[in-house]
Order: sequence, then C-alpha cells, then structure tokens
Amino acid sequence: MIPVTVIDYKAGNLTSVVKALRYLDAEVTVTDRAEDVRAASRVILPGVGHFAATGRLDETGITSALRETIGRGAPFLGICVGMQWLLTGSREAPDQPGLGYFQGWCERFPEGGEKVPHVGWDQILTRTSSPTRLFGGVEQNEFVYYSHSYFVPTTISRNGPSQENPVAAGTDYIKMFAAAVEHENVMGVQFHPEKSSAAGLRILKNFLEFRC
Amino acid sequence: MLTKRIIACLDVRSGRVVKGVQFVDLVDAGDPAELARRHAAAGADEIVLLDITATHEGRGTLLDTVRRTAKELFIPFTVGGGIRSADEAAAVFDAGADKVSVNSAAIANPQLIDAIGRSFGAQAVIVAIDARRAKESADPVGEAEVFVSGGRTRTGRQVIEWAREAERRGAGEILLTSMDADGTRAGFDCELTARVSEAVEIPVIASGGAGTAEHFAQVFQAGKAHAALAASIFHFGIADVRALKRELALQGVPVRLPC
Repeated sequence: MIPVTVIDYKAGNLTSVVKALRYLDAEVTVTDRAEDVRAASRVILPGVGHFAATGRLDETGITSALRETIGRGAPFLGICVGMQWLLTGSREAPDQPGLGYFQGWCERFPEGGEKVPHVGWDQILTRTSSPTRLFGGVEQNEFVYYSHSYFVPTTISRNGPSQENPVAAGTDYIKMFAAAVEHENVMGVQFHPEKSSAAGLRILKNFLEFRC
Repeated sequence: MLTKRIIACLDVRSGRVVKGVQFVDLVDAGDPAELARRHAAAGADEIVLLDITATHEGRGTLLDTVRRTAKELFIPFTVGGGIRSADEAAAVFDAGADKVSVNSAAIANPQLIDAIGRSFGAQAVIVAIDARRAKESADPVGEAEVFVSGGRTRTGRQVIEWAREAERRGAGEILLTSMDADGTRAGFDCELTARVSEAVEIPVIASGGAGTAEHFAQVFQAGKAHAALAASIFHFGIADVRALKRELALQGVPVRLPC
C-alpha cells in the first residue's frame, strides 16, 4: 500500500478523493496538522470553492510545511483550487498569496459567451514535446470532469532561471487553459480525477506510483 | 469540447429505486447501487439519487443507500430529497455525495443555498425547481410557477425569478423539472428550459418528459439545456445511456462517448 497524505483545510468535501485513493489501495491519512504534512511522503491538496480558503494553509503552518515537503522531493498533487494555489495568486482573492511555485495568476473565464462556471466533461490535450508522467496511459482527447470559474493560464512559468513552461495538458473552453501542470515532483490538475471515471483513476494511480 | 451531460436519475423510496408517472403509481425498478454502477458503465455522465419519500424516519436508510451507491462510483453523484439544513447536507456529503440538490427547503428558507455553498462550495449545490406552466396566463412559460412537496403544493413563486435568486445565492446548477411533461415520455418542455437557461449564467439540467433520443437532442438544441436527466427511459431497457449517446452524436450533439 502506498501512503498518501490528504490535506483537509475545510475547503469542501474530501470524501470522493479519499474514496478513489482507497479504491486504488493507497494508505490514506487525512490531516489538518502541519507536522503530518512535514512528515508526509506523498501529498494531495484537494480543494473546491473559493481561493480565499487557502488562507487557512498559512494560518495552520501547512504552507511552510509543504514548502519543506516539496523541497525534499515528495510528490505533490494539487486538485482544482489545490492546483491554482501553486501559482503566485488568483484574481478570485488577490490578497491571498499562493505558494508561488509557478509564476502567474489564475484568471476568471470571461462572461458573455459560454456558461461560467465551466461544468461537465471536457477533453484534454496532453503535452507531447516531453513526456508527462501524470498522463501515462491516458489517451489524447480523453474526457475529464470539470467544475470551476477560475483557471490557470497556459503562459505560467517555473520560477528560476530556466522559466520552463510546466503545462502538461490543456483544455479549450472559451480559451485554452492549463488542465494540468507537472514539474519534477510538483503536479496539479484543474479537473477532478476522482470523478473522471477510468481516466481519472488512471491519473491518480500514476501519481501514486510517481517516483522522483 | 464541453459535452452535453446525460444524467441518470434514481428516484428512491425506502432504499429501492421506483418510478412513477406524474408523481403517482410508483413501481419497483431495482437496487440503487447496482443501477448506478450499470448506468456509469454504460456512459452516464452523472448520477442523481432523489429520495422521494424523504420522511424523517427514512434518513438513516437514505444515508446507508448513499454510502452503498457512492462506494464504487467515480463520476459526479448528487443526492436530493428532504435536505433541510446545512447539517443534513453535511451528512449526505459525508456519506459520499459530491453535490446535494435542494428543493422545498430552499423555497421555505432560501438562505439554505448560501449556507451549503459557503461550507461546500457553490458547485456542490443544485437548486431543483418543479415547474408548472401558468396555463391561465398570457405568458404561460414566462410565468410558470414553482411547486414543492413532490409537486403537491403551489408556492406562488415564478420559476424564472426563483432561478435567478438561486443563482444569486450561490447555486451551482439548476435542475428544472417540468411537471407538465414529467412521466409522459412525450418530450421535455424545451420552451421553458430555454427561458430559464437564458435567464441564468449557471448550467441548467432539464428533466421531465424524456421518451426518445430525439427528445434529448431537442432539449440540448432548442431547449439550451447543458444536461438532461432521465430515469424511467433507462430502467426498463427502452434505451441505455450508450445507445442514447450514440444516437445523439449522430444528431450532432457533443457527448462523451465511452469505449
């Protein structure tokens, strides 16, 4: 059984994520304590709802614990708001800083044409220029389930000299946005793998089996 | 491309799936967990479980049913029926639901929408509206009325105005059931669905009246629905989701076709 720590910061419901991980035989620990996060070998930061909810990560000391855990190479997966939090910040709550692992801001879909929020099953195009580990065994144009009004732009970059683009997959809704990011041990998905049927389970399994 | 969702609905009473015609004459149609799995395997995009008795005594049974149904279901799962407070919603989320749908209780106490949204996110709250055309009115669709308590009680509130309020309070989606069409298998109320869909930014799920694949195509195109819900059409082998989606794809409706 692969141990994985799921962070509970009172941003929505964790039941589905935990259920999917247990179905994949992971040994799941749900925690809201910084010391558990610091000791974790593999971390998932879920999150639905408002970006401001990530303020709790700062208050509880989880943000600095995560910096250490990610820094020593533990695989990290952010889901939905958990992925957005990897950026500098979000227009949804501009005063609440993100982790800043990637440079860029989450933006809101413009209104007027298509419905906002973007809710339902949409297709992902995965990066082919260099292989992604998150999407191993997942078909191009596979469907995944989304529910969000804010998105990560495809123009984000890794902080530091290389300024590498970490976008691992994109989805075109109103405009092309980042469906997933992957840089070394740090990954994020905007969609909900725990609700994306077989493809979603495959992505979670890839994360659980990820070795740095 | 964002696809149109086909949502399989399970009307549940005392832990069993039932389906009636215009809210009466209920017949037994099977075990909810088994039916949910079967629909998901056939390509349903979501499952909705509606507890149609929703009596106080039945809550324990419902939570157990939700738990069993959620266990091996990896697509969005909504539970509705008799949820009166944020605490009751929390219990349903805890049992494995991804979204809750609120109906009568939200009419009685609209702040329930805000409360659930605050704790679980707007995407987790569906406001279900049972609508009946205002037949006496000059604008029967525009002035369609909201009914509650399984369609037994009129509220005097207009559907479009209530949908807008629900959106303002933070609902993530509207589940619109036409009581005139429900159970008839003669087609959705496309006109009403389109009016509501145009009035709000959030997605509208159409319900009531599904009988053929053509009906679904109509409600997605003319009715401007983002998703459509059907129950009895699937239960008795009239069509399964796979067959329905293939038919819709041929008619130019974007759908997720499972392999």
